[in-house]
Amino acid sequence: MEKRTVYMDHAATTPVHPKSLEAMLPYFSEKYGNPSSIYGVARESRKALDDAREAVAGILGAKTTEIIFTSGGSEGDNAALKGTAFASKSKGNHIITSSIEHHAVLHTCHFLEKFGFEVTYLPVDNYGIVDPDELARAITDKTILVSIMMANNEVGTVQPIAEIGKLLKGKNITFHTDAVQAAGALPLDVNDLGVNLLTLSAHKFYGPKGVGILYLKRATPFLAQQQGGGQERNRRAGTENVPGIVGMTTALKLAVENLESNNRHNTQLRERLVKGVLGSVSKVRYNGHQTKRLPNNVNLSFEYVEGESILLNLDMMGVAASSGSACTSASLEPSHVLMAMGIPVEIAHGSLRLTLGASNTEEDVDYVVSLLPGIVERLRAMSPLAAQAAQ
Amino acid sequence: MYSELVMDHFSNPRNVGTIADADGVGTVGNPVCGDLMKIFIKVKDEHIEDIKFQTFGCGAAIATSSMVTEMVKGKTLEEAEAVSNKAVAEALGGLPPQKMHCSNLAADGVHEAIKDYRSKVAGKVE
Ligand SMILES: Cc1ncc(COP(=O)(O)O)c(C=O)c1O
Ligand SMILES: [Zn+2]
Repeated sequence: MEKRTVYMDHAATTPVHPKSLEAMLPYFSEKYGNPSSIYGVARESRKALDDAREAVAGILGAKTTEIIFTSGGSEGDNAALKGTAFASKSKGNHIITSSIEHHAVLHTCHFLEKFGFEVTYLPVDNYGIVDPDELARAITDKTILVSIMMANNEVGTVQPIAEIGKLLKGKNITFHTDAVQAAGALPLDVNDLGVNLLTLSAHKFYGPKGVGILYLKRATPFLAQQQGGGQERNRRAGTENVPGIVGMTTALKLAVENLESNNRHNTQLRERLVKGVLGSVSKVRYNGHQTKRLPNNVNLSFEYVEGESILLNLDMMGVAASSGSACTSASLEPSHVLMAMGIPVEIAHGSLRLTLGASNTEEDVDYVVSLLPGIVERLRAMSPLAAQAAQ
Repeated sequence: MYSELVMDHFSNPRNVGTIADADGVGTVGNPVCGDLMKIFIKVKDEHIEDIKFQTFGCGAAIATSSMVTEMVKGKTLEEAEAVSNKAVAEALGGLPPQKMHCSNLAADGVHEAIKDYRSKVAGKVE
């Protein structure tokens, strides 16, 4: 079979859409003014920034004053959690989150624990879904903040955010959602979701890296995490990344306009991929929920083999993917998401995440499906676990 | 991330398999940490006459297993005992720092197999 180059790691990052790139380019060397200055070239930057803010606010169903431009998902999550927690300290010190959040949320929670905050890490079911009733039971009179991601980056599970938003309504508890993986796949209207804060990151929806959005609802307690100039209404100091913001806004508009057709494309490829692999490899699990999942996410566990070995074999054949194995992380622990879902540890090591995107075709899917049986078979042939199981 | 030599041992591992009538078997690591290696040796005149391995693990785990079998095959038990995990990593042209621990236990596996052989010999009535 002919070797192909196949990128199936769109949950890690996406290529910049040509229209996004085109929109950004003038803001590097032609319209380079500092939006805070008053002369002509600066007014161009200011206008671009204002227009971007208006467009983003429109997409989220927010006011322009509720949009903060950031450096990406990690900053958005950090600012949301720390900003709310430190501003609400007089009211309480209890935070509720889930055990499957991105490390940008989980490690921020660990950080806050060092400052006297108490954090409840809600469990999830075998599909990776948080139970809103369990969340409701975890609330105490000290609860100031709830942070639950909209869609999980590893297994693609979609959380009942609107339902949680409803149950928190009128409770005087700040509600944050990390929507980094949801952008372009799920509607992002902050009123329908009932959230106070929502984090986005441009490089996950075909925008540039290092730029993002934090929606901050009016009257939400918030203490700015970055001091300096008065940018972003004193909520995030620093000269704005004008080209990045322009590129991001173009990418977000495209992602929202084409949401349905992109979802159809990804869902169709996903079903073909899952069916192909489950039909050709034995002892494989499809992790996550069948339907309550991102259209582009496939997460599989192959028993008796380790994930990084699968990735290296795929890479040799031109396929880019990722794994929840400990050997692919710096922490030497397998994916906390798969563990929270109750997947046995040795099976979590054998996980493979394939995340589809705009450039993928049926031929790409068929290529990956044709490679996996041989790769898994070869690795199983040298695995003592497979030998043990066969006895 | 990995050197060419590591990738070579990973893609064409030497001495994969088992020895049905092995004189010693060593097992190191465990599936919980993501790497598990099993080394089988056949001993003749205090020499490692044959050696095979089975490994569940990452690229580093498979490459170090393969490399150590090449390094000790035909050597005396004493020489094999002197081969360290570090020496295996060096022979491979180095490993990424996070791979120096659980993924680099292949030499320990050989030492375990030799220990197993010695204990069996000691147990035998002459
Ligand atoms: C769910 C989620 N949150 C946060 C982040 C961090 O975003 P960024 O890479 O923009 O800092 C990511 C990206 O990996 C993510 O998937
Ligand atoms: Zn390893």
